[in-house]
Amino acid sequence: MKRIGLTGDEAIAYAAKQCDVDVVSAYPITPQTIIVEKYSEYVANGEVDTEFVNVESEHSALSACIGASLTGARVFTATASQGLALMHELLYIASSLRCPIVMGIANRALSAPLNIHGDHSDMMGSRDCGWIQIFAENAQEAYDWTIQAFRLSEDPEVLLPSSINIDGFIISHSMEGVEVLEDEAVRAFLPPRSDARAIDPNRPLTIGPVALPDYYFEFKRQQAEVMKKVPPVLERVCREFGKISGRRYGKFQSYGMEDARTAIICMGSAAGTARHVAKALRGKGEKVGVVKLWLYRPFPADELVRELEGLKSVVVMDRAISFGAPLGPLCSDLIGAIYGKLPKLKVMNAIYGLGGRDITAKEIEGIYREGLRMAKAKAPMVRVKYVGVRE
Amino acid sequence: MSTLRELTKEELLAPGHRMCAGCPVPTLVRMTLKALRGPTVIVNATGCLEVATSIYPYTAWRLPWVHVAFENAAAVASGIEAGFKALMRKGRWDQKVDVIALGGDGGTFDIGLQALSGALERGHDFLYICYDNEAYMNTGIQRSGSTTFGAATTTSPPGAKIPGKREWKKDLIGIAVAHDIPYAATASVAFWKDCIAKVRKGIEVDGPAVIHAITPCPRGWRHEPSESIKVARLAVQTRFFPLYEVENGKYRITLPVPNPLPVEEFLKTQGRFRHLFKPENRWMIEAIQRWVDKNYERLVKLSQL
Repeated sequence: MKRIGLTGDEAIAYAAKQCDVDVVSAYPITPQTIIVEKYSEYVANGEVDTEFVNVESEHSALSACIGASLTGARVFTATASQGLALMHELLYIASSLRCPIVMGIANRALSAPLNIHGDHSDMMGSRDCGWIQIFAENAQEAYDWTIQAFRLSEDPEVLLPSSINIDGFIISHSMEGVEVLEDEAVRAFLPPRSDARAIDPNRPLTIGPVALPDYYFEFKRQQAEVMKKVPPVLERVCREFGKISGRRYGKFQSYGMEDARTAIICMGSAAGTARHVAKALRGKGEKVGVVKLWLYRPFPADELVRELEGLKSVVVMDRAISFGAPLGPLCSDLIGAIYGKLPKLKVMNAIYGLGGRDITAKEIEGIYREGLRMAKAKAPMVRVKYVGVRE
Repeated sequence: MSTLRELTKEELLAPGHRMCAGCPVPTLVRMTLKALRGPTVIVNATGCLEVATSIYPYTAWRLPWVHVAFENAAAVASGIEAGFKALMRKGRWDQKVDVIALGGDGGTFDIGLQALSGALERGHDFLYICYDNEAYMNTGIQRSGSTTFGAATTTSPPGAKIPGKREWKKDLIGIAVAHDIPYAATASVAFWKDCIAKVRKGIEVDGPAVIHAITPCPRGWRHEPSESIKVARLAVQTRFFPLYEVENGKYRITLPVPNPLPVEEFLKTQGRFRHLFKPENRWMIEAIQRWVDKNYERLVKLSQL
C-alpha cells in the first residue's frame, strides 16, 4: 500500500480507474470537474480500458449510463448540483431498472442565486430516488467508498445505483495524503461485473415497460424491499474491504459514544470539526459524542436508535434546508427513526453551512452547549436553529 | 432484397399490441424489423409506440427492447452501443449488436433533439428512426415542432383569430445532415421497398444514421383508419413528403415525383386541415403549396450537386 497526494475528486477518479470501469459517461460541472478531467487523462493515456462517452448534458450522461449498465457493463459517472438536478428523472429510472451505476457527487448548493460551493442541497433533493447514498468525510473515505460502492451496487442481491458524496471544494479540491491499494488488490476485491439480466439478443427481454394501476404499486413495493437488503450486504463488503485495506467502514462511525450524554450527528466534512470539538470537550470532562453517518440511504434507523439509547439530547446537523418542512432533512429522518423508541431524547436541529459557508469549531461547540441546555431545561423536544447566518 | 417473397416471414413485433386501428407505426416497425442483419436492441422513446406495445405483463417485442424516458432515446442508445463496444473489446461479449432507437416526432423534433444531436455528433454506430405523426398523439393531439403549418391540433386549434398552427415544420433531415453523419433518409409506410432498403442501409453504415418516416395518424389527422397507407402515399405523390436519402452528404431523391398532384389532394383527406378549405383560409393552402414546391426544388438542386 502506498500513500499519495490526492484531492477528493482525484481520489474518486483514482478509485474508479482501479475498478476497471467499462463505460464512463459524464458531463463536467464544478466542483466535480476534476473527476471527469482526471478520468479523461487515464483514457487518453491508455491507463484504463474504458469507453468514455462525452455527452452534451448530465441528462444524457445518466441516460447513457443506464443504457451501458443494461448491457452488463460496469458504469461510472460523476456530477454535482444543477447537474444532479438535471439527472433527476433518470435517477429514479436508474434505480428502478436496477442499474448498479456508481456516481461521484461533489455536493454543491443549488441555484438561485448561483453558487458553486458546498452544501448538501443537491443530494437532499434526490434522497427519495432509490439510490444508495453514502457520504464521505475526506479524500481517503471517498477513495475507499468508491471501490466498496461497486461491490455493493453490483451484488446480485442489491443491484442498485450508489452515490459517493463529498463536500464540494472542502473535500473535492483539498489535497490530502490518501493510502491507495495496489491495482491487483482492487481487481481481486472487485472481479468484472457479471449480470444474468443483462441485455442479450438471444434472450429477448422487455426493459422499462408501461405498468398501469394494476401492477405499478407492486413494483414500487418490491423496490422498497430491496433497500432492506443493502445493510447486510454493506456489512459484508465493508468486512472484506477491511481485510485488504485495514480500514473498517459501516453504516456510521461513532466517537465517544460509550458514555456520551449528548451527541452530534452529522455527515461529510463537518464530522472532522465535530470530533475535534468533542475531543476538546471530553478533555474538560464533558460527556459528548459524535455520530458520523456514512450511509444516508437506506437510512440506518434501527442501528441509530441503539446507538442513541441512554442519551439526553442530540444535535443533528443539516447542511440543507427542506423548505416549508418542520426540520432539516437529516433531522426529519432521525425523528422518524426514533419516534416512540426514545421518547425522552431531546433533539436540536442545527442548519448550517449553506452555499459553502464555513462551520467553525466555536459554532459547533455553541450548538453542542445549546443541545446540552435543552436536555436539562424544560425545553421543547425539538428545536431548529440556523447556525452561522446573519439574521 | 427485391421482392416481397424474399423478405423474412419472421415477425419480431407480435400481433396483439394495443396500437390504434389503422395506425401505420406498427407497419413501419415490422418493415424495420424485416431489415435487420443480426442481433439488435431496440430503444424506444416514450410515446404511442412505447405505451401500446409494452403494457405489463405483456410485451409485443420479440427482441431486446428498452424504454427509459421521453427525451433520451438517442443517449440511451449511445450507452448501449458503448457498453457492447467495451464488453467486446474486453472479451466479455462476442457478437456485433445493432442498436436502433425509435421515437415519435415529439421525442425527436422537440424534447429529444438535444440528445439526438449529441449522439450524432459523437458518432455512435446506431440507427435513429423518427416516426412522424406530426403532433403529440400519445397525449391527445397537441402540436409539435413537426406539425404542418395550418394544421388543427388541441394546442393549435383553429379559432376566430388564429386559424391553426402558425409555424412551419422543422427540417429534421437537414438538422441531421448538418452533423455530417454517413446516412440520413426519409421514408413512407406506403413505399415498403424504399423504406426497408433505407433501414438496412442505416443499419449497415458505420456511424449514426437517421430515418424520418411519415406515419399518418387516423385519430389526430382525422382520416379513416383504412386510409392511412393511402394518405402516406399521397404525402409523397403531392411532394408534401419527398422520399430522398443523403449518403455522406450526397442528396438523392429515391422516388422522384415528376408530375405531382396538388398538395390539396393530400390536405383534403384529413379533418385537421378542414378549416383551410374555408374561403378566407385558402391563402394557407397556397402557402403550403409554395412551401412544398420550394422544398422539392431545393432537394432537386441538392441532388444535382
